[in-house]
Amino acid sequence: MTILTPLPDNTQPANLPPPANWRKYFSFSHDHKVIGIQYLVTSFFFYLIGGALAAAVRTELATPASDFVSPELYNSLFTLHGTVMIFLWIVPATAGFINYLVPLMIGARDMAFPRLNALAFWIIPPAGILLMASFFVTGGPAGAGWTSYPPLSTMSPKAGELIWILSVLLLGSSSILGAVNFVVTIWKMRHPKMGWNDMPLVCWASLATGVLILLSTPVLAGALILLSFDLIVGTAFFNPTGGGDPIVYQHMFWFYSHPAVYIMILPVFGMISEIIPVHARKPIFGYRAIAYSSLAICFLGLIVWAHHMFTSGTPPWLRMFFMFATMVIAVPTGIKVFSWVATLWGGKLNLNSALFFAMGFVSMFVIGGISGVMLAAVPFDIHVHDTYFVVAHFHYVLFGGSVFGLYAGIYHWFPKMTGRMMNETLGKIHFALTFIGFNLTFLPMHKLGLEGMNRRIAEYDPKYATINMICTIGTYLLAVSTFPFIINAVWSWIKGEKAVANPWSGLTLEWSTSSPPPEENFETEPVLLCHPYAYGKRPQVPPSGNLDPATSPLST
Amino acid sequence: MTGSTLDSSQAELIISAEEMGHQAHPDYRITGVLVFLVAEAMIFLGLFTAYLTFRAVAPVWPPEGTPERELLLPGINTAILIASSFVIHNADTAIKKNDVKGMRLWFGLTAAMGAVFLVGQLFEYFHLEFGLTTNLYASTFYVLTGFHGLHVTFGLLLILAVLWRSLKPDHYNSKHHFGIEAAEIYWHFVDVVWIVLFLLLYIL
Ligand code: HEM
Ligand SMILES: [Cu+2]
Repeated sequence: MTILTPLPDNTQPANLPPPANWRKYFSFSHDHKVIGIQYLVTSFFFYLIGGALAAAVRTELATPASDFVSPELYNSLFTLHGTVMIFLWIVPATAGFINYLVPLMIGARDMAFPRLNALAFWIIPPAGILLMASFFVTGGPAGAGWTSYPPLSTMSPKAGELIWILSVLLLGSSSILGAVNFVVTIWKMRHPKMGWNDMPLVCWASLATGVLILLSTPVLAGALILLSFDLIVGTAFFNPTGGGDPIVYQHMFWFYSHPAVYIMILPVFGMISEIIPVHARKPIFGYRAIAYSSLAICFLGLIVWAHHMFTSGTPPWLRMFFMFATMVIAVPTGIKVFSWVATLWGGKLNLNSALFFAMGFVSMFVIGGISGVMLAAVPFDIHVHDTYFVVAHFHYVLFGGSVFGLYAGIYHWFPKMTGRMMNETLGKIHFALTFIGFNLTFLPMHKLGLEGMNRRIAEYDPKYATINMICTIGTYLLAVSTFPFIINAVWSWIKGEKAVANPWSGLTLEWSTSSPPPEENFETEPVLLCHPYAYGKRPQVPPSGNLDPATSPLST
Repeated sequence: MTGSTLDSSQAELIISAEEMGHQAHPDYRITGVLVFLVAEAMIFLGLFTAYLTFRAVAPVWPPEGTPERELLLPGINTAILIASSFVIHNADTAIKKNDVKGMRLWFGLTAAMGAVFLVGQLFEYFHLEFGLTTNLYASTFYVLTGFHGLHVTFGLLLILAVLWRSLKPDHYNSKHHFGIEAAEIYWHFVDVVWIVLFLLLYIL
């Protein structure tokens, strides 16, 4: 095995030119670091919009009556909430991290196709604005859910639905263009001394994500093209009265949207695999198990989609297949969870905000994984399909998983991205509020679902009122929890304590260059001396990041 | 894998910045095109599978009352498109011999054949006895061939762009001809998709 370690880097942050002016973040920059931050900031902005929509939905649900907004508007609110959170927040935010981290971690100067990369990003803001604009068209925005099943979607107001389709097509294209870059960059542009098994785990995860995007997103595009013909010119692809079949839409939709859940979680898996060893000061447990399980998830993720369609008239033999395949996918997922826990076990934990969010991620994701396996069982799913149990499940994996992981990533890499440290006290307040608010909102939903409360309804039986009130209060707490984060991020970016090159004593290559890294990433060609997770196996890297070869214990 | 390996291998691992830094990295654009075509292939695969499912579920296919389809014109069209794939390959051979004129000739011929294909396609559209919404077969027919036609159009534009650029002296030569290769790969792709489409819609 090659032994790799970051290049001893003697650039001190103080000697760096001041961060180039803020205007570059509004330009068609080709620098993967600028693009990564553009993705992150833009998607966070949409996260706030998605959150506001969620707050409106939960406000309606605070009481059993449909009294806060009209039922049509309610439909639009949850439809746009889901669409924004998935296509405008989590997918682009993970793409942002992949963009920022991958070239640095593999010792490259940029992505393989920088211009294409910039184009992929710049599709997002107009697509997002387009979607928001649908609030102002006649009939209002789409209201058929983020799944947009026909015949519901072809019967809803046309303008809003059409805008929804267009916007999702644009965002899908952006995602595909981004994925071309991820795959080619990781495949071809690794440091000459970096073999596949020397890659940081983020790169494995990003590769699997890229492959999933390339294989699945086009099929969604196909479905949406057919849907738009049904909607505009009255073809009958998905309309049974004209000989069509709405189930075909569901298959095509889930052929994308199940892999999409892995598109949203795999990069986060990768990030967690970086953050935990750094802050636990231990080598990652089972490097290859984590790396290869990403590939296993990539493959299995492509053959389980019909577990979303157990109640859509799927024949029993087919349901058996999908039930079995879905349960199998919990194995590679479990391997990762096991590895993270084993890495934490006995570690010298540096309990900061990044690690708190990472541990929050592991614990919350496990709950979502368990409810996922429950849902994979056909006899159980038939009862709880389309209830709040499903809503609870996917929020544990998407919020407790992806969002917690994204926050962990922000706390961990903020110093690298901005050259400034974040405030730890505010970070811990943020974590505590998020953790409590999240569980208050979503834990009770399991019970609601088991008791039979349907999702996507504005009006419900008063017997569910108390639990719903708790969920709504939790939502407000979640909304409040965002403020310490925003204040922290903005304030730290402007005035925070200056960050050294390697504040966490990490071993991956991004820590071997200055914070923030110079254009083209490395002043001198990076040198790999030890495996990226060889913590404790060799002399510690001084936190100054000043690894002058002449004085560093590494170069003895 | 301990300290000793580290020491002995270190010297050789250190590669100076002059040796390998700041060089333009090798050209990965062809890889990029191929990876992108995976996505393109998936969208067609999705649409083909949808078509096959509609067909499998329908009691009769094409649905009763669908007018007979003429095979002669589409057959000729198919032959032209397949032939054009061989024609465009000659351009590649030509440019590898630094023969820009030859490349232009073959690209021009391919473009003409592509244009004939598109015109033939439009001609067929106007003479078919069913419209976009006549029945499910008709809808899939128009959407699939139309979507493919868009790809042919795009390929044609790529070819024309290459021809335009080749007017600049030494824009393409035996070493640097990414545009030519990319257009050729794309053209082959569009061709293969058509063969599948032709089999699905006309023959099977
Ligand atoms: C252990 C792995 C997992 C299993 C076995 C699993 C299983 C399932 C099943 C069977 C359903 C369908 C429930 C129904 O509609 O009746 C479902 C829904 C869902 N899952 Fe998972 N899941 C897993 C992990 C994940 C992950 C990692 C994510 C996202 C990061 C995710 C996101 C979703 C979403 C968004 C839905 C609902 C989609 C909708 O109907 O709107 N799941 N899951
Ligand atoms: Cu799924």
